[in-house]
Amino acid sequence: MTAAPPPLVAVHDLVKYYPGARTWLGLGKPRATVRAVDGVSFEIPPGKTLGLVGESGSGKTTVARTLLRLTEPTSGTFHLGDDEVFALAPAPLRRLRRRMQIVFQDPYSSLNPRMTVRQTLIEPLVIHQLASKSERAGRVAALLEEVGLDGGLTDRYPHELSGGQRQRVGIARALSVEPQFLVCDEPVSALDVSVQAQVLNLLADLQKKRGLTYLFIAHDLAVVKHIADEVAVMYLGRIVERAAASTVYSFPRHPYTRSLLSAVPVPDPEAQRQRIVLEGDVPSPANPPAGCSFHPRCPHPLKNDRCRTEPPALRVVAPGQLAACHFAEQPMS
Amino acid sequence: MADPLLRVRDLRTYFVTDQGGGTARAVDGVSFDLHAGETLGLVGESGCGKTVTSLSILRLIPEPPGHIRPGSYIEFEGRNLLTLAPKDLRAVRGNRIAMIFQEPMTSLNPVLTIGDQVAEAAIVHQRLSGAAGRARAIEMLRQVGIPDPEERVDHYPHQLSGGMRQRVMIAMALICHPQILIADEPTTALDVTIQAQILELLSRLQQQLGMAVLLITHDLGVVAGSADRVVVMYAGQVVESAPTRTLFARPGHPYTEGLMASIPRLDRPRERLHSIPGSVPAATAWPAGCRFHPRCPYAWDKCRTEEPPLLETGADGQVARCWLVSEPARRVKQAS
Repeated sequence: MTAAPPPLVAVHDLVKYYPGARTWLGLGKPRATVRAVDGVSFEIPPGKTLGLVGESGSGKTTVARTLLRLTEPTSGTFHLGDDEVFALAPAPLRRLRRRMQIVFQDPYSSLNPRMTVRQTLIEPLVIHQLASKSERAGRVAALLEEVGLDGGLTDRYPHELSGGQRQRVGIARALSVEPQFLVCDEPVSALDVSVQAQVLNLLADLQKKRGLTYLFIAHDLAVVKHIADEVAVMYLGRIVERAAASTVYSFPRHPYTRSLLSAVPVPDPEAQRQRIVLEGDVPSPANPPAGCSFHPRCPHPLKNDRCRTEPPALRVVAPGQLAACHFAEQPMS
Repeated sequence: MADPLLRVRDLRTYFVTDQGGGTARAVDGVSFDLHAGETLGLVGESGCGKTVTSLSILRLIPEPPGHIRPGSYIEFEGRNLLTLAPKDLRAVRGNRIAMIFQEPMTSLNPVLTIGDQVAEAAIVHQRLSGAAGRARAIEMLRQVGIPDPEERVDHYPHQLSGGMRQRVMIAMALICHPQILIADEPTTALDVTIQAQILELLSRLQQQLGMAVLLITHDLGVVAGSADRVVVMYAGQVVESAPTRTLFARPGHPYTEGLMASIPRLDRPRERLHSIPGSVPAATAWPAGCRFHPRCPYAWDKCRTEEPPLLETGADGQVARCWLVSEPARRVKQAS
């Protein structure tokens, strides 16, 4: 990375453990702790996008929820500008929420079915006292226009909107308080391809126009490629690779990233590809494998006893590129 | 070419709705052939009618509110599936033609062991005893790559991961060695590494068993890797049909073209995505003329009033429901 401005978002050693569910009536021994997020660190410069990629159970959504303190982190720090978000008391936290917002995956279940588009967009303005009564209608109209929605939709309820329109309302709601930092948690996964492209382009335009900083969470590497400046790949609660997007896609170093990239179906029947099909499932985060947590599925030819016993640190493997693999420098085939 | 295994002709499946008024013409005159041993991709976005098409083949459409219109015709082994007596239809379902669904958790019965569910079709259709059925189920679970099948056979669906559940669904579907497997978005709910496993498994089993697969998906990437031919649906109709290579090399219909351009791609540099403006119209009110014209960058007067038939493009086996086929000079984007 070049001489960058100080990051807007700086997360250090974020940990979120969920205590294991008690067995019947609390008798018997409690189940194992689920290590949903196990020491995640990253920074995002202002106006940039970090793509956070991983499969189900990798902990990417838990990262999003803890940053916004929708669930409380177990430990770690999160600086948004000069504020340490995890240390804030409830009242200052509420004020700070203006500066960070989230767009959820499913725009249907994240919109209140009993509120019209207008009510949905006004609520944050009222809570944060951002607009007088007379200004509100103008603000709603401006927001709708900004996200490309017809002004005639203001009195509609969510069930009267298409999936793409609902997601635009979700984005407008997040933007209504003029945040600096937007967490997008799988914002296009529930949408059809043609609509997905519309929403991705919208997010890119808004970022340019408003100078927004994004944490963009997705399971689809191709989607992330179109929006992210930097990419972090998660596996079982940890970041296993992190680098500039172009580096991750051209020169992936971690065997998991390499497998993930090779597994994405390419819409070209002529494509000649070396597909690495991983064996087995993602292990349970309640009982992660010893050593490198990826070792049972790892296709790396040099895999050895060290992988089974010694967890690899996330280390610099090339300029600007971090990977958590003992053999990140060695080719896989 | 040999006679097709399955011949779908002018299939119309309509739903009468209370809300929104009127009849939803979900599938509105769909025709295609499925040949022995091939994989046919049926592609389209939400609401295009691809799932209703697949459910209509096995008459799994709830009636009411749905009904398959008279004149529709689905031929399999010389008989029209749509007029088959219930008893004869049952002998086809799950036996000669099997189906797997998108969401393996909701399609499996949570209170029966996977062994019971996998064996059921063999016990019903092939009159196997319980013990023989169980043995077959274990054998099937092994074939679909479930580790420790002797132990897993007594597990319940909630004890399995999503990928394992989809393997169980495949074992259930294939236990009677059907001639046709209808796979409705079989990998959509799965993570990408698991999706790769399941697609590989399906193609291996297809070769072993020599069955034909109707692969229904919204993902052109999946189609590119698996299908021999592709049928693209939009607004209840087939808008294009072609061999996979032809379709990707030279999409004939502007919808296919737009769909391909809007896919984020790993194998291309980062650039602004093309998007198709607007969204899919409601099935109760398909647009007049060509149903794609309100979203089409090439549309002209004729498209707004006259509905195009499927026209042969001249390329090998490719047809497209678009007037551009007869007036290729008009393939110039209108300024919007």
